[in-house]
Amino acid sequence: MSIRVENSLVATDSSDGLVSIRVGAQTFGVPVLSVQDVISETPINRVPLAPPEVAGSLNLRGRIVTAVDMRRRLGMEPRAPDDRSMSVIVEHGGELYALVVDDVGDVLWLEPAEHEPGPVTLSSEWRAVCTGLYRLENELLLVLNIAQVLMLTGHSTLAA
Amino acid sequence: MNWGWRLDDLVADFIAETREGLEALDSELVRFEQQPGDPATLGGIFRLIHTIKGTCGFLGLVRLQTVAHAAENVLGAFRDGVLPVTPVAVSAVLETVDLIRSLTDALGATASEPEGDDSALIARLEGLLEATPPVAADAPAAAARSQGDGDARRLIDRLGGDATLDAAAEAAVGRLPSDGVIGPLFRNADADRLQAAIRESLGALARKMERGRAFATALAGFVDKPLTGAEAEGVFALVAEALGALDISDAAIDQLAMLVDCEPAGAAGSAPDPRAAATPDAVVTPDPAAPATAAPLRGDAPSPKGEGETSGPAQTIRVSVDALEHLMTVVSELVLIRNQLIQTLRLEPESPFAAPLNRLNQVTSELQEGVMTTRMQPISGAWAKLPRLVRDLAQDLGKSIDLVMVGQDTELDRQVLELIKDPLTHMIRNAADHGLETPAERAAAGKPETGRITLQARHEGGAIVIEISDDGRGLPAEKLRAKAVAAGILTPVQAEQMSDLEARQLIFLPGLSTAAEVTSVSGRGVGMDVVRTNIEKIGGAIELASVEGRGACFTIRIPLTLTIVSALIVECCGERFAMPQSSLVELVSASDGSGRTIEYIDGVAVLRLRDRLLPLVSLQTLLGLEPAGEPPAETCIIVARVGAFTFGVIVDRVFDTEEIVVKPVASVLRHLKLYSGATILGDGSVILILDLKGISVETGAGQGAAGVADGDDAEEAGKRQAMSALLVFRAANDTLKAAPLASVSRIEEVAADQIEWIDGRSVIQYRGRLMPIIGPDAAAANAWDGPEQRPLLVFTRDDRSVGLLVNEIVDIVESVVETDMTAAGAGALGGLIIGGVATELIDVSYYWSRAFPDEDAGAGGVADPPAAPVVEARETASSADPTGRRRLLLVDQSPFSQLLLRPLLAQAGYEVIVAEDPVAALGLYDAGEEFQLIMADTSSPENARQLAVTLNRAAGWHKTPLLSLAIHNTMTTGAAGGMAHSTLLDAVSGALGELRGAA
Repeated sequence: MSIRVENSLVATDSSDGLVSIRVGAQTFGVPVLSVQDVISETPINRVPLAPPEVAGSLNLRGRIVTAVDMRRRLGMEPRAPDDRSMSVIVEHGGELYALVVDDVGDVLWLEPAEHEPGPVTLSSEWRAVCTGLYRLENELLLVLNIAQVLMLTGHSTLAA
Repeated sequence: MNWGWRLDDLVADFIAETREGLEALDSELVRFEQQPGDPATLGGIFRLIHTIKGTCGFLGLVRLQTVAHAAENVLGAFRDGVLPVTPVAVSAVLETVDLIRSLTDALGATASEPEGDDSALIARLEGLLEATPPVAADAPAAAARSQGDGDARRLIDRLGGDATLDAAAEAAVGRLPSDGVIGPLFRNADADRLQAAIRESLGALARKMERGRAFATALAGFVDKPLTGAEAEGVFALVAEALGALDISDAAIDQLAMLVDCEPAGAAGSAPDPRAAATPDAVVTPDPAAPATAAPLRGDAPSPKGEGETSGPAQTIRVSVDALEHLMTVVSELVLIRNQLIQTLRLEPESPFAAPLNRLNQVTSELQEGVMTTRMQPISGAWAKLPRLVRDLAQDLGKSIDLVMVGQDTELDRQVLELIKDPLTHMIRNAADHGLETPAERAAAGKPETGRITLQARHEGGAIVIEISDDGRGLPAEKLRAKAVAAGILTPVQAEQMSDLEARQLIFLPGLSTAAEVTSVSGRGVGMDVVRTNIEKIGGAIELASVEGRGACFTIRIPLTLTIVSALIVECCGERFAMPQSSLVELVSASDGSGRTIEYIDGVAVLRLRDRLLPLVSLQTLLGLEPAGEPPAETCIIVARVGAFTFGVIVDRVFDTEEIVVKPVASVLRHLKLYSGATILGDGSVILILDLKGISVETGAGQGAAGVADGDDAEEAGKRQAMSALLVFRAANDTLKAAPLASVSRIEEVAADQIEWIDGRSVIQYRGRLMPIIGPDAAAANAWDGPEQRPLLVFTRDDRSVGLLVNEIVDIVESVVETDMTAAGAGALGGLIIGGVATELIDVSYYWSRAFPDEDAGAGGVADPPAAPVVEARETASSADPTGRRRLLLVDQSPFSQLLLRPLLAQAGYEVIVAEDPVAALGLYDAGEEFQLIMADTSSPENARQLAVTLNRAAGWHKTPLLSLAIHNTMTTGAAGGMAHSTLLDAVSGALGELRGAA
């Protein structure tokens, strides 16, 4: 699935650059400046006893990256074993994390003016990690706050 | 031209150099204090201060320069022997060093010299100088008071400064022509220049406070022929007169006169040599109350180290720490990539890349080693401040302390060095403050008045071992117990039961300080727990040994490098993990074939390993893993040791040992105590490094170190059936016999030709030693015809073994033992019915005594607990000397246990009386029997209660120690609740030892 972008493809100084990702049925956006890399399916080594959202560790050119399963993190149903996945590599607090998602789309440049606050109907957990939304042509894109996403307290998975 | 940048650079360099110099100064000054006669040391100190002073002047750092100058003067006075080296003087110089250090730090922080007034310190330094006589052979005492007019100013000031000198010089020059003797000598001299020369030379002499020839030399430049002493003195006399006329005090003039050496160069110098006049303690300054003498400072190479030390060009350059760190990181990456390449190469040995890759491999290893070396520094860096610390402590505490440092050149990783500085300082403070006694106390205790603290460093395996020991009063186990109870950490009962060895470990708990009052020297009792935590954080361990009244010794063991470690790769349930080699002791496999099985005591898995019971933990259980596929035929057990706790980890498979680069655990995983890091293997997979300390905690380390049988955990269990594991075998004539499985340490197979004969006894070579073997009829074993091998049951006690040759091993059964005592014959404990068949239960001790007929009956089979420090072992051993056979009362109903325990204890030299139940025991009490120890089974609440009630009535036995045993245990156990012989004997001797100690 790829996202067709109707907005201007030229980044202006005031645009919000977001990497679009899909987790389950929902589209999210990750600030482009936080993204270091996007990689396709990579073997992940399990970490026993880790919090449930931590899928494990992976090796990225010699650096150990902690993989966070976004489906779990957002309380969705886990991926089927043969579903494809991709990872968005972000850095936080001097460490590298891989957000494991279903698909990664294009970089979108959106007008900050169109950045709306999240709907009140959003579950409290989602509201904690989202800073708002953009209306795209066919769907809504929720903007993710990386720092909040990586705040894993090890509590049980969120109910979708 | 950017002078600003240049100067900053210079200042930065200055700060770095000065800091280094100051560190050296501390130790050098303390050493100098001990050996004031050593010119090399003083020379070094003088040069250091001098350099600092010079650079300060160059950089325009006035405050620093002034202070350094004042110190330099004092040092100069030391050098010329004018000022005696007293603790007061040295303390003043040390204070100056401290001041210079703080000023330098401030300079580094703010890029400018801080404002401040150092006149007090400077006055003190100069005061030291003033009080000394410049020359005094004929009037020592008077000379000391030569500032007799009560004027405490410097000489130059009392002479009226340069201005007055100038005036006097002018007057003197003016009168020269009228002097018939010396006038003609100077007739060609330029009056102005002569006047200036006189003024300057006398001014210099007055400032330097050093007798010198400056005056005579200056004059010599104005005459045609060499000047005699008398002539020079004549000139001076004129100057003196002039000074007198200018109202300068006679005392000052006399002092100046003494500084002027008028003898021409090369003359023997009739003037008394000021150096010879070493007036002791002419220093008139208040003496501090402390009578302390800091005793000699000694290192590996006692002074003087010789000129070789300081001479020779410096072979070092200064590199920023960041640059080294970066280099280290990059090399680590290179190592990982090299590993990956090598891994790939293994799959394709014929590849054209093979040759260059192998060379790359070697080169990378060399590079790695080389970079590691840059991180290694001698431990003297961490010890640099300690001599000064000890000196100051000795003075503050009024004690006499000798600090001995051995192994200063032992190298360790820079990072580790930084981390141990504080713990070491803390422990030295403790030793000085709490450990060592005052000279009076030491004398009363028959010890030398000077206490000694010894610091020793050496390499051992891949670790550095640092020992801090003192010969003070040791760690008071009783006090620690009391403190722990008072602090609510222990209940009184627990404290009672705690052995001295364990009680001393209490010192590592937060909040315990046995100091009567918290002194400013060693602070609150927050120290040792922090020390231990810090040491363990870097993968090290700390142990302690102490003998009360004799001293204490702390041993710290730290791995040499933090980043790259040797690790064993293991697999469990399809997942791989790394275990740091440094904590591993050995690998053991437990399978049906090896004769070693995992046993369970109350659901806890243990392994019997050479007479010790090893608690086991399964990695699978610990990590919540699910088995993948078939369970492996063999279970691998990795025996690890953390501190004094040894345990085993059960895994599925063991791969090989690899050098791995330790990467930190991700922050979201940091709360997991079982992991100490992560690494990338050669094949690119990321695996976790297990933290053995974390695992040991899970295994129950430190939860009441078992002094008694491990079976104690089963105490809360309900009444259990007395089942025992028996090894059934066929002896001669195919008769069935059985031996308690607990007593069999190994089962081997031997061939007939392995049996050898020595001195009428049959032996075989076993594990590098000769082991006696006997046949099932307890006679010497005979060889048999035929090539087949026969089973050999090996019984081990302490480090001796005996083998029992049998025809065939039949079975291992668990049987409720119903003994038929009437069937007992020699060498048998009785007859049993096993599976409906009559079987003779052998008495192992009987076989033992047949194998070692010369073994002392009363030797007391006390085994040295391997983990205990030597000190403790000595204590135990001495208390095991039987001054009379000790009587033990065993209260237990199970005939089987009686039959096993009793011979065992009797063998060890105790006299054992058995009572079937508490009532029978009471009967013995009524009969007036006395025992040194009572042993009873308290595994069931009923038993325990009965026993308690009964013993209560036996008032005379209230002081007798009670050893609780859990004899009746569950499921498969060896006899006696799975107790190893040595554990039981240790417990008994330990309990008896306590009694001795109390008595």
